[in-house]
Amino acid sequence: MDVAFIIETIAKIVVILLIFSALAGLGTYFERKVLAFMQRRLGPMHVGPYGLLQVAADGIKLFTKEDIVPQNVVKPIFKIAPVITAATAFMASAAIPFWPQFTAFGYTVHPIVADINVGILYVLGIMAIGLYGPLLGGMASANKWSLISAARSAAIFISYEVITGLALLAPLMMVGSLSLIDINNYQAGGITHWIVWSQPVAFVLFWIAAFAETGRTPFHLVANDHEIIDGFGTEYSGMRWGMFFIGEYANMFFISFVISIVFLGGFGDGTIAGAVQLLLKVSFFFFFFLWTRAAWPDIRPDQLMWLCWKVLMPIAVLNVVATGIVMMF
Amino acid sequence: MFEAIAFYLFAALTIVMFTITVMTSQALYAITAMAAGMIFISAFFFILGADFLGAIQIIVYTGAVMALYAFGMMFFDTTRNVVEKRTNPRIVFVLGVLAAVMVVAIFVAPIVSNNIQALYPIQENVGNSQAVGMVLFTKYLVPFELAAVMLLVAMIGGIVLAGKKMDKSLTLMKEEEIDGLDEGFEPEAGGH
Repeated sequence: MDVAFIIETIAKIVVILLIFSALAGLGTYFERKVLAFMQRRLGPMHVGPYGLLQVAADGIKLFTKEDIVPQNVVKPIFKIAPVITAATAFMASAAIPFWPQFTAFGYTVHPIVADINVGILYVLGIMAIGLYGPLLGGMASANKWSLISAARSAAIFISYEVITGLALLAPLMMVGSLSLIDINNYQAGGITHWIVWSQPVAFVLFWIAAFAETGRTPFHLVANDHEIIDGFGTEYSGMRWGMFFIGEYANMFFISFVISIVFLGGFGDGTIAGAVQLLLKVSFFFFFFLWTRAAWPDIRPDQLMWLCWKVLMPIAVLNVVATGIVMMF
Repeated sequence: MFEAIAFYLFAALTIVMFTITVMTSQALYAITAMAAGMIFISAFFFILGADFLGAIQIIVYTGAVMALYAFGMMFFDTTRNVVEKRTNPRIVFVLGVLAAVMVVAIFVAPIVSNNIQALYPIQENVGNSQAVGMVLFTKYLVPFELAAVMLLVAMIGGIVLAGKKMDKSLTLMKEEEIDGLDEGFEPEAGGH
């Protein structure tokens, strides 16, 4: 193992961390602006031009706020829970190809930290661990809202992991590989080769499950403001609370990348045009998260479970069986 | 060299994590340490090049099994320490040591007698998941199918046990109807 490889990997990790931490901050700005636009408000306007510096102001506020650890909490677990959310979100990004490989100054760069041959499985597995942030945070803070939120997050994550897994199974059967780069190359032939045309059901199922995996409206039950205050985040303040936030927004970006790569052709044949297309697709999916939040109310927990086990799961199983039958004959 | 460093690092971390799981009297420490230990175990699979098994280890043990434990923890006040009831610590010690010795013997015996052989040839040019699939559907087909049947039995059993009164939704009922439900239900259940 040569030194260049180590340096390259560390550089990639640092770049991804910096870009997506910044994007997570900017994501809050986009969210407020999009919501404001849809609700005929202005949103943040006072700090900087069009409120652009609001992100910096929020960041400074979060960093300099007093770090309160309430009296009856289980202190080490309470402190480590936000780190788990943020860390797992970034760990999942290790297997995501963000950009096709390119040559700069005579050196070929693969913009993926680790091209392991079970990429998609790894991404989903690490995102599943993200569950421990809300779960442990909720159970460690001596607060009943937090505890309800922890119970909900465990229920939602376990249920919707079934949907993500089964929905992805059908496209993976067609591709025959778990590597995100192989999945991308399978669709390199252009828009007609996209998996979404042959697996529309799986695409919609995965998209719905993505809302549950990231805990976004209409599945925002883990921190539903009007019934359980801020859920697992109720007792948190300052940067610890901010870490939950960074994790949530980073997860939204990463799951948008996964949807775009698996179903919508990713970066296509690897040219610059394809790469820009990938970013546009990701932006659309991120925007869709915000759009849904403006347009839809939250649903009840029992409706969420009903949707998962009685509607989505049978459809997902039928989709896998149908794909199998079509592939056999 | 990297493999060696990684192996010893993760070996130490795993042992520390599971020691915490066993020794602590705080339920949340135990569950967190156990989840972390399960993730560190997956590192060994990655070091050995078994990426598929490593990812599966994370998904199954940390994502699913541990989350079910967490469900069980909802019934406790996790912010307090658990007071263990030790009636006879000597028996616990003796049984614990015996179990540990047996596990070590089971794993050391084939190594000492040089009796470890790879019974299945290594396939060239296939990925990790394909290799697992080939072994599962050829050599281990019968155990695999048996496990599937057992899981099916467990699933049906679970649905039958938990499925009573699933047609009624408490959320959609009025307060009086729920009270009426309790009164009607009480005599059947009997003395609980």
